[in-house]
Amino acid sequence: MTKLLQWLLGASVFGVAWGLVVLDLMNLRLPRAYREVAWPMPMYLLVVFGCYSLATVGYRVATFNDCREAAKELQAQIQEANLDLQKKGLKF
Amino acid sequence: MASRKSSSKSRGDNNKYSVLLPTYNERENLPLIVWLLVKYFDESGYDFEIIVIDDGSPDGTLAVAEQLQKIYGEDRILLRPRAKKLGLGTAYIHGIKHATGNFVFIMDADLSHHPKFIPQFIEKQREGGFDLVSGTRYSGNGGVYGWDLRRKLISRGANFITQVLLRPGASDLTGSFRLYKKEVLEQLVEKCVSKGYVFQMEMIVRARQLGYSIGEVPISFVDRVYGESKLGGNEIVSFLKGLLTLFATT
Ligand SMILES: Nc1nc2c(ncn2[C@@H]2O[C@H](COP(=O)(O)OP(=O)(O)OP(=O)(O)O)[C@@H](O)[C@H]2O)c(=O)[nH]1
Ligand SMILES: [Mg+2]
Repeated sequence: MTKLLQWLLGASVFGVAWGLVVLDLMNLRLPRAYREVAWPMPMYLLVVFGCYSLATVGYRVATFNDCREAAKELQAQIQEANLDLQKKGLKF
Repeated sequence: MASRKSSSKSRGDNNKYSVLLPTYNERENLPLIVWLLVKYFDESGYDFEIIVIDDGSPDGTLAVAEQLQKIYGEDRILLRPRAKKLGLGTAYIHGIKHATGNFVFIMDADLSHHPKFIPQFIEKQREGGFDLVSGTRYSGNGGVYGWDLRRKLISRGANFITQVLLRPGASDLTGSFRLYKKEVLEQLVEKCVSKGYVFQMEMIVRARQLGYSIGEVPISFVDRVYGESKLGGNEIVSFLKGLLTLFATT
């Protein structure tokens, strides 16, 4: 199953469950309170997910490792390599 | 030479690592990356070969490669040039055909991928018997150097979206510093059709799909010092297109 189908399947399961509660598709006679909670649920989940995404990406950008040491080490090794290669007869 | 042979024997196995180096206008970088590769392979004692796949670089990369072959020997440096620029994906296919090792390293020749990580890739692979070991900038001690805030944001954002949509089981999908079992790589390149960044992403997503095991090694990615980037232009658009294609087809 492709990822797209997995998502569609997940969305339809959720949609059906939501429809059962909010639109009372099967006459389940659920208490009013259920409906009132379920009605804004899709919007609510979307907002929560949006916030989670922004927070995660923001945190990861802020904590992205700056490899200063690695850059310095590389510079030093470039010097060393150039000297050694010259000795070995490489013409640049 | 003699000490190298004996140290690789002291490893007590017949593993050989072929490093594929695709180059296009990497005249300054090629000698340095080769020097570093030789250094770290010799120090760790693993058997290796370096395969340079130059696509007719106008800057004379191939001439430099020929000099390096003279210095380090034809058993260490193999030249498999092509007449014109035919792209990275086919460069790998071309290189694998000539690889004599049972393991293959894929890395950029522009010094963004430091050979000091090679022994760690090999140890990781042995520890877990992995089919594929992928370098990652996004976890552990991994990181980048020389990126501004905008590039970090795009990179992290793109990675997050990809993780949500594809759940690939690997933290760095667009990186291209990886170690493969040769037969695994052969099978994957046959299957993968994308170009650019998406190619690397497709490789790892398909690997997961085919049930191959994936190990990860944190790497530091230092932006190229010499030469010009070959990707570019509408990178973001083609990335998103590629992502959606993989989303719908894998
Ligand atoms: N043989 C061959 N090599 C290529 C081709 N295009 C790129 N390369 C090489 O592939 C490696 C990666 O290319 P880069 O231009 O560094 O791409 P990048 O790493 O995504 O971009 P940067 O962030 O600028 O480094 C380098 O070693 C290039 O020389 C090509 O068409 N043929
Ligand atoms: Mg690069």
